[in-house]
Amino acid sequence: MTKWIEIGTLNDIPVLGSRVVRTASGDIAVFRTSDDEVFALDDRCPHKGGPLSQGIVHNKRVTCPLHNFVIELKSGTAVAPDEGCTRAHPTKVENGVVWLSVQTAVAVPAE
Amino acid sequence: MLNKVNKPKLVVIGNGMAGIRTVELLLDRAPDLYDITVFGSEPYGNYNRILLSPVLAGEKTVDDIMLNTEQWYDDNGITLRKGEMIEMIDRRTCEVVTKEGARVPYDRLLIATGSNPIMLPLPGKDLPGVIGFRDIQDVEHMVQASTSYKNAVVIGGGLLGLEAANGLMKRGMTVTVVHLLDTLMERQLDQVAGGLLRKSLEERGMVFKMPAQTEAILGTDRVTGVRFADGEELPADLVVMAVGIRPNFELARKAGLHCERGIVVSDTMQTYDGRIYAVGECVQHRRQTYGLVAPLFDQAKVCANHLAMKGFATYDGSVVSTKLKVTGIDLFSAGDFAPGADKEEIVMQDASRGVYKRIILRDKKIVGAVLYGDTIDGPWYFQHLRDGTDVSHMRERLVFGAANLGDGGHSGNNSVAAMSDDTEICGCNGVCKGTIVKAISEKKLFTIDDVRAHTKASSSCGSCTGLVEQVLAFTLGGDYSAAPKVKPMCACTDHSHDDARRVIVENGLKTIPDVMKFMDWKTANGCHSCRPALNYYLLATWPGEYRDDQQSRYINERVHANIQKDGTYSVVPRMWGGVTTPDELRAIADVADKFNIPTVKVTGGQRIDLLGVKKEDLPAVWADLNAAGMVSGHAYAKGLRTVKTCVGSEWCRFGTQDSTGLGVKLEKFMWGSWTPAKVKLAVSGCPRNCAEATCKDVGVVCVDSGYEIHFAGAAGLHIKGTEFLTKVATEEETLEIIAALTQLYREQGWYLERMYKWCDRIGLDAIRKQVVDDVANRKALFSRFAHSQQFSQSDPWAARAQRGVDRNEFTPLAELELA
Repeated sequence: MTKWIEIGTLNDIPVLGSRVVRTASGDIAVFRTSDDEVFALDDRCPHKGGPLSQGIVHNKRVTCPLHNFVIELKSGTAVAPDEGCTRAHPTKVENGVVWLSVQTAVAVPAE
Repeated sequence: MLNKVNKPKLVVIGNGMAGIRTVELLLDRAPDLYDITVFGSEPYGNYNRILLSPVLAGEKTVDDIMLNTEQWYDDNGITLRKGEMIEMIDRRTCEVVTKEGARVPYDRLLIATGSNPIMLPLPGKDLPGVIGFRDIQDVEHMVQASTSYKNAVVIGGGLLGLEAANGLMKRGMTVTVVHLLDTLMERQLDQVAGGLLRKSLEERGMVFKMPAQTEAILGTDRVTGVRFADGEELPADLVVMAVGIRPNFELARKAGLHCERGIVVSDTMQTYDGRIYAVGECVQHRRQTYGLVAPLFDQAKVCANHLAMKGFATYDGSVVSTKLKVTGIDLFSAGDFAPGADKEEIVMQDASRGVYKRIILRDKKIVGAVLYGDTIDGPWYFQHLRDGTDVSHMRERLVFGAANLGDGGHSGNNSVAAMSDDTEICGCNGVCKGTIVKAISEKKLFTIDDVRAHTKASSSCGSCTGLVEQVLAFTLGGDYSAAPKVKPMCACTDHSHDDARRVIVENGLKTIPDVMKFMDWKTANGCHSCRPALNYYLLATWPGEYRDDQQSRYINERVHANIQKDGTYSVVPRMWGGVTTPDELRAIADVADKFNIPTVKVTGGQRIDLLGVKKEDLPAVWADLNAAGMVSGHAYAKGLRTVKTCVGSEWCRFGTQDSTGLGVKLEKFMWGSWTPAKVKLAVSGCPRNCAEATCKDVGVVCVDSGYEIHFAGAAGLHIKGTEFLTKVATEEETLEIIAALTQLYREQGWYLERMYKWCDRIGLDAIRKQVVDDVANRKALFSRFAHSQQFSQSDPWAARAQRGVDRNEFTPLAELELA
């Protein structure tokens, strides 16, 4: 049973940019691609915990601002040859409103 | 996915490095386009032929040098028909015919038949025990011979001959190298380097007979000796002929394709029959044939692009460099070093260190280089050679090279040959030699970019690039890492920075998507490397017109502060010329208290840094600093940062001019300007140079009669003194020249290319001409700089702190109370 939480509108997130959602267990970075797709990841790079929300977004990836690890927005996995994975959270956009389902259990996304 | 039946058929004749590299790159660009069949005469997958020497020397095994196992062909749906020879190409029916008579149709054919060793037509050449040095079978033959025989003669003192001789010696044989001329490797070496090489090889026990002509190979059932033209005879149980290679184009010739010394191909690697491509050693391109690996990879790339129906890539020939794969001997040669009336030479020789360097110049450019004993700068010379850089301003230090190596972080090492596996090569990321070697071998890496991606070595500051390239050449046995003549901006495009700058200006392109569309970018929104570059180029080209794209800026420039390791930021207010006041200091102290800023630090550029500010506090911190009259110091910017000064004539006993005042004027005029990379200035009040102006991007040294203007210095990754630009009499002229110089850099520099590197690339003379000598041009540059400044001189902090610009950037989208 997925629990959806409304977090804002699509227009609150810059195209090819990101906004942060605060939670007690850490920030979640919410990204918007050039096709208006929305993805959410824990705001921690698997490499050294860099804030992915501050990175440059390109296609469906984000480059971490600290050491240029490239992370897939959909799965949270680092693009090869880098290794590591950050947690991804399901999102949906309905009528311009963005919904988020926060994963609290540790999930390893499938490739 | 198409099924095999409908796909066009690509047949590859030749299962060697050139053919398979082309196939690999083709799969990368168009994975499902063709149904591919590969014919190879050897009973193996594709292996690294260049590493046969280390296999012979017992330093590597055959398994170590396999590049593509049979599994790889399977995994990629490629039909490998190994051990099958092609008898003919039937161009009428578009089929190849095997020796057994099987006919295989093709839509596109790739000929990559390589070359054969030249076997001298001597009496006795067909005796058992006489071989070439070309493939695994030859190596196996030699290894076999070394176990039961003693005396080997290698005919040919070139690269291959010496490597064969070295390997046989390591296998315990007594080896004599016979060479027709009196210089070893005469194609790559001059007499001095050839002599040094001979000396080191003789010390290892190699025997030379040169100049000498072989007359006959002796023996009845097996080779027993060699006779020379001077009548001397040598005993030999094994004779290796390594006098050269001959492109193997018999098949193509028989099929009626135009051949000269090789199969003649166009710039897209096509033969005279457009359906038939050819790459590698069997090819003749613009009257050149190649026998080294780097050009063959260049060709493969172009051929793959064309087969994939992608892009415009053309092959325009390669300049090659050579390294000898004899462990412990450092030798590098590139380009043309035959003496000539139009050439100049710079030579350095230190016999007791065994170091010899000879750089050959023509028309202010490097055209050849021979390095012996110290080859660390080989790639650096080679790069300048290929780029055709005007090196006249570095003449006096040219022979010492070292520009490819940063000045710290690798314990003074400049040669990897003698390093143990646990020696750290990359000081930024802590990567050791062994780690790099292992990654190259296990993951089949070929280029410096591959190594960067897989090991992180050379991926941060780049100062160890020269060393990493050496490891690569060492491990792979070839110079694969030579940067292409035109270096693409990044993986998103084949275009260079210069291409992008030119196309933007010539076609009036005004947005990043327009540039990407016009230039056929391979990715939808570029990447973290090309987007900031394009954003800068547009900004510099269309001041006042282009709307800065915040999402294409690195975070520091997007939020006007420097991100730190924990995601907090540091804030540096501007201090004009390094001068501050008690009020400013009080305001800084108050801000630090109010926002619990943990660290307050003095920077090297005469300012104060507040470290550990939370992102959401930034606007409030800026508001307080603004209230005290302070603005952003752009400490995060690829733009003007600091103007360091001494106290000059205002206070100093020795000051000749008001250096502080001039520094403030420069900073007030130039702040806010975006540049390709950071720009730091300094003004010293006398030649004692207390502001260290001679290691800055631009430095002024005041003297009694006026102002010396210097530029293109550095004191970070590289330590480089400035170049003297000119001397003027007034502050006004100083300001005008520095602004014009900066503008020229803004218009020509590649993104992230520091001023000293730009100067290396463009040349001091060319810059001086445009900025100093040509007064009209100087004034035009100056006015373009001044025009652009109208649009960039507004404090970004005030915009965010007082006018709410980018408010979203500093506030969360939502705060969730999670159950």
